[in-house]
Amino acid sequence: MSAATPPMSTSSVTKPARRRPLPDPKACQRLAEQMLALSMAAGADGAEVLVRDGTEMEVKIRLGEPELIKEAGSRALGLRVLKDHRAAVTYTSDFAPDAMERLARETVALAALAEPDPTGDLPAREEMAREVPDLDLWDEALLSVDVAEAIRRARVAEAAARKLDARITNSEGAVFGSSIGASAFATSAGFSGSNRGTHASLYVQPIADDEGGKKRNGSYWTASRYIGALLDAEAVGVEAARRTVAKLGSRKIATCEVPVVFSPEAARGLLGQFAGVMSGGAVWRKSTYLAQREGTEVASNLVEIVDDPLLRRGPGSRPFDAEGLASRTNVLVAGGTLRAFLCDVFAARKLGRRSTGSAGRGIGGGPHVSTSNLILRAGRTPAAELEKLDRGLYVTDLMGFGFNAVTGDYSQGAAGFWIERGERAFPVSEITISANFDDLWKGVDALGDDLDTRSSVQTPTFRVAKMTVAGK
Amino acid sequence: MSDQVATPLDVIDAAIAERLLSAALGSGGDYADLYFEYRSGADFVFEEGRVRTVGRGVTLGLGVRVLRGDATGYAYTEELSDERMLEAARTAAQIASSGGAPAPVAITPIALPNFYAIPRPSLEHPGAEKVELLRRADKAARAADPRIVRVEASLSEEWKEVLVVSSDGRLARDRQPMLRFNVSAVAEEGKQRQGGRSGGAGRFGMEYFLRPGQSPEEHGREAARLAIGMLHAVDAPAGTMEVVLGAGESGILLHEAVGHGLEADFNRKRTSNYTDQLGQPVASALCTVIDDGTIDNARGSINVDDEGNPGRRNVLIQDGILVGYMQDRISAKHFGSDPSGNGRRQSFRHEPLPRMTNTIMSPGQDDPEDIIRSVKRGVYAKHFSGGQVNISNGDFVFSLTESYLIEDGKVTAPLKGVNLIGNGPDVLRKVTMLGNDFKLSDGTWTCGKDGQSVPVGIGTPTMKIAEITVGGTRTS
Repeated sequence: MSAATPPMSTSSVTKPARRRPLPDPKACQRLAEQMLALSMAAGADGAEVLVRDGTEMEVKIRLGEPELIKEAGSRALGLRVLKDHRAAVTYTSDFAPDAMERLARETVALAALAEPDPTGDLPAREEMAREVPDLDLWDEALLSVDVAEAIRRARVAEAAARKLDARITNSEGAVFGSSIGASAFATSAGFSGSNRGTHASLYVQPIADDEGGKKRNGSYWTASRYIGALLDAEAVGVEAARRTVAKLGSRKIATCEVPVVFSPEAARGLLGQFAGVMSGGAVWRKSTYLAQREGTEVASNLVEIVDDPLLRRGPGSRPFDAEGLASRTNVLVAGGTLRAFLCDVFAARKLGRRSTGSAGRGIGGGPHVSTSNLILRAGRTPAAELEKLDRGLYVTDLMGFGFNAVTGDYSQGAAGFWIERGERAFPVSEITISANFDDLWKGVDALGDDLDTRSSVQTPTFRVAKMTVAGK
Repeated sequence: MSDQVATPLDVIDAAIAERLLSAALGSGGDYADLYFEYRSGADFVFEEGRVRTVGRGVTLGLGVRVLRGDATGYAYTEELSDERMLEAARTAAQIASSGGAPAPVAITPIALPNFYAIPRPSLEHPGAEKVELLRRADKAARAADPRIVRVEASLSEEWKEVLVVSSDGRLARDRQPMLRFNVSAVAEEGKQRQGGRSGGAGRFGMEYFLRPGQSPEEHGREAARLAIGMLHAVDAPAGTMEVVLGAGESGILLHEAVGHGLEADFNRKRTSNYTDQLGQPVASALCTVIDDGTIDNARGSINVDDEGNPGRRNVLIQDGILVGYMQDRISAKHFGSDPSGNGRRQSFRHEPLPRMTNTIMSPGQDDPEDIIRSVKRGVYAKHFSGGQVNISNGDFVFSLTESYLIEDGKVTAPLKGVNLIGNGPDVLRKVTMLGNDFKLSDGTWTCGKDGQSVPVGIGTPTMKIAEITVGGTRTS
């Protein structure tokens, strides 16, 4: 860190003179409908338009000083057209009327390169959402959070982390981020709707010095659609520091087979991968080990998994899906039995069933199956009880990409704590854990009561009866 | 090089740039730069024997950065109107709140080498040519074996043009083509099902497919071979053992184990475990590690980085001794060294960071066959899907998609997918043999850092690691 940089005064942060207008869902919807009309006029048999407009702010404080202040807005449009059962997808950020008209023509022409497949046609009119529920995703108070306030919060959080323990000697900083977004979707299948949402987060990552010149980092964060629902900045910093110093003295353990407890942070990735193999898209592509397993046991009877796009204030909530179908809560696993594959319209047609209203899409791509708020329901056991093991592993961090969806073989790098006689005996790193997913999920023998609702993939602490831990 | 592609960046001249830079430095600050970016891309997906979708898109935008000391102000816009560009410049300016700014400097274009001259951008070729390539790959994969039940092939292409103008007077313009081709296959036998994938990428036009090993048929057959080979894979062992890493893709080890740790920002901030290690032994004396942005047509090559500094070949570790970091502008200033041409960003929406280009290990003396023969019981790793590292403590993992057991010096049973986990400095000290068979991987590697993705390349000879943890399920 350059000592020559004088401290910055937050009170004198300058504001640009003319600001970009706030993202407006109705303005997005007008653009979407305009593009839809242009596409149909250009000869499309059907079209879908997605428009997104958003602003973001990111402020990073490191060692007490601003390291990054970033603010910007961005607007883009994604178009899918159908012509003679052929599909083309295009995107643009140029909203000049002639550019939009040209895009419509070019996209219709592009579709001629694809080959006809009626499976890819737009959904039927009667499948379209009839109303757009208000899911309480917009916080008026968040709009007034400016750079100065972001700097203040990040500073408080980082300072709290740095002063908790003398062994905290460095910092990757504290980041406050916020976003304000609007989006609209219009389809010739008979739906046009818009939506808006806000989001804010604060993330702190202190660094502690360990023996042998090694450094240890830990982190903690808070996030919500409502600024008032964020955890206190100081509390976030203190928790980040606590988690960091707890890792000091981490060591490798001998290869063994033991029960493994997953923290909600670590478990989130596992749940996301599990939902991936229950996606209708993976099923018809034969790229999931669960392809033939609907109605059968795929997890222990404690396991209940839902995808709930209608969760009020939910990080992943959406009032309608990316094909204009109404959002609905889908139960994926109940009592350990696989109840449903999540489907968009294409996957549903491939599997001879109805869409579950689970289409997502980005600006640059067509619809695909995507989860909204994916939730592994909490149990009733206090989370700490799950560690009452004679010996076992508590996992706080997972690393790498060791999951084969086709076979369910799973292996990832891990770090956490070794448990002995019901206590966390010492921190552990540089090990891997592995199992086949079928055994892993059937082996869930306890679920904590501590559902972590910060992100769109939510799990409590849970325990797997036995996994292979590879170490020394 | 095809210079005839007209893009919206053609209208950006020195006068516009000077006006924006002056607004960016209007509140003070040491330095400012403008990053104009134009990207035109297309993609084709072929599955179930037909083209499922074709996609096309164009993005255009400007990122404005203002530096004061180590601090960055950043803003961007995709509307290149005067009003929006000036707003971005003034927004980025808010990092500085007082004090002077450097006096304006006349803007001069800098001359650049060209590491990816291509006869003609692939985007100028008709889409039907690309569809035909996908069809050929699909056909070859299906014909390879009756057990292949599903094939998916995709092609994506991009023409990216960047224009960097800095307040110290540099103007650099580069045109960066990128072509990616991928085939994946699923094989079924009884209740067993497995997948395989083959792909390649680089800064090429359509001539890519004429290179040895890169025809659609070869990628199709390779995806099929991997899927079929995995049908009879056995559970991988668990525990510490000798591992032989095959030439080429094993560069993922370098990328994770040392590459990230040698990015200068982590060392400037003293958060890397390589902090203060310059001049120190950090690897076995066999190891010379280079980050080389100048390899012809390689995926990670750059004529110029995203801060306007020419791409370079930088030796990071020479015969085991740490000799250099990968620098961006902020870090180079901190270390009092030259920028090394490693300041890269995902897009105009992102601030530059020190990033790798093509990270490679120089070849050694050993015959690869001898390396395998020297192992009593271990793993031979040939193909990888990716990896991850924790910068602070140096722990990294990487995932094997094709690997075999080595028993008594012979490659035997194929192993199911498995992870290797190690500690960067520790593992590089355990490189005990190095092959004479250097190979650059032509894989579709993408590196992520701080939420930003950039294309990178990797390459190695065959390497033997005396001891690393294999994360299988078989404990006996």
